[in-house]
Amino acid sequence: MGAMTVVHDEVVPARSPWSHTLAAGDHLRIVDLEGNQAVDFLAYVAADPVERYSAPDTIAARGNIFLTTGSVLMTNRGRPLLTIVDDTCGRHDTVGGACSCESNTVRYGHHTKHQHACVENFLLGGAPHGLGKRDLQSNVNWFMNVPVEADGTLGIVDGISAPGKVVELRAELDVLVLVSNCPQINNPCNGFDPTPVRMIVTRPT
Amino acid sequence: MPDTATTYGARAHARAQAGSAVTTQPTVPASSLADPPPRVPAGDVVWEETIGTGGYASRAVPRGTRVRLVDVDGDTCAGLLLHRADRPAERLNVADTVKLQWQAYPGPGYLLLSDMGRVLATLVEDTCACHDTFTGTSNPLDNQRRYGDGSAYGPTPSGRDRFVVALAKHGLTERDVAPNVNLFTGVRIEPDGAVTLRRESHPGAHVVLRAELDLVVTVVAVPHRLDPRPQYTAGPVRITAWRGSPAEPDDPARRSSPEATRAFENTDEEAGPWAR
Repeated sequence: MGAMTVVHDEVVPARSPWSHTLAAGDHLRIVDLEGNQAVDFLAYVAADPVERYSAPDTIAARGNIFLTTGSVLMTNRGRPLLTIVDDTCGRHDTVGGACSCESNTVRYGHHTKHQHACVENFLLGGAPHGLGKRDLQSNVNWFMNVPVEADGTLGIVDGISAPGKVVELRAELDVLVLVSNCPQINNPCNGFDPTPVRMIVTRPT
Repeated sequence: MPDTATTYGARAHARAQAGSAVTTQPTVPASSLADPPPRVPAGDVVWEETIGTGGYASRAVPRGTRVRLVDVDGDTCAGLLLHRADRPAERLNVADTVKLQWQAYPGPGYLLLSDMGRVLATLVEDTCACHDTFTGTSNPLDNQRRYGDGSAYGPTPSGRDRFVVALAKHGLTERDVAPNVNLFTGVRIEPDGAVTLRRESHPGAHVVLRAELDLVVTVVAVPHRLDPRPQYTAGPVRITAWRGSPAEPDDPARRSSPEATRAFENTDEEAGPWAR
């Protein structure tokens, strides 16, 4: 790998949306600053966002539901979108999707309806790019731990991340990234305490 | 040679074709089917159609409708998508489906949930119980590599392209092709996260879905993308749908888990039981 120059460096506050367009070849380094912070992540081909990150295409191409170094995030049309070039956490989730106000009522009770949720962030963050509800599909959850038992039982359990753990992605195309820094407080995906994450974009020089 | 040189001849030729039958087609009217499901009056059958290898079918059905899918030869993979008929931005969400039920492997009594915390359909019968909520359906590049042709109009179309054209007839686009469930060809997840294919269906295996809201039901019969066979293999899927009622207040599906109870509560808030 040649020299890289930092072109963007930003701390995303707890509970907030974030979006950024990467040029092909850019790297996005996501830093779990305080540990066990789920980062809900969608990605779209910048030139034609109907082509986007697809969990099933990624799982099928990889033959595994967990992501780590070397895993390639695939589009719904079968093209490589992003490649994981570094991962100090170990594995990340492709299955659990994003929390929503509505799903929270099913999971935790109707009293959670008005709590902030990742789908709210995706809608808020996507709208300036012309993306709406129909554009939200199964997302990556960086730093989130979702095992599947032999009998099919699955769920979000205590994380395996820690302060300073990172995952770094290389854009294979020009990519619009849409993130929700997860605000969930009813399960261990954020250690019951949503915290900031840092986004560092570097470019080959 | 038929006489099609004139409008009169062409008309006669066209009309003479009616009454032909093939193995993969709709039965119209559906109530004329020869073998209605057990205890179902033929007059209640509203949709009867068999799709073949690479085929698709899609229909709007009112809530309460039962939709039976049969793996005729025991060797198919039926990709399934569900959208709300009256507001299709609400649709099957496989992530919420597996997460909210704490269960990734569908079987009898399993719920198919929307992205709005509601029940779209209940799996009221399932004689296969080996399905797939993880790997979705093939894309054109997959099929180009696997079978030498991934075109939507060729002999080995992708499930994605089948869904695109099926949904286009409801005014929807590729944006609406969400991750789907596969029926009759399943996967299991190993402890290290690896995905393994399971083929445990049998001739005549079936599932019956009960629509809990007004739905667009879309089915494609394409090979499972992890099926290692070099031939494009997906046997016929028979679809039979009949009138019925959505989950009654005492339906066991409502009490199968606290999450199911609340998902049905959210569904009732939207559509009944006052709306029946």
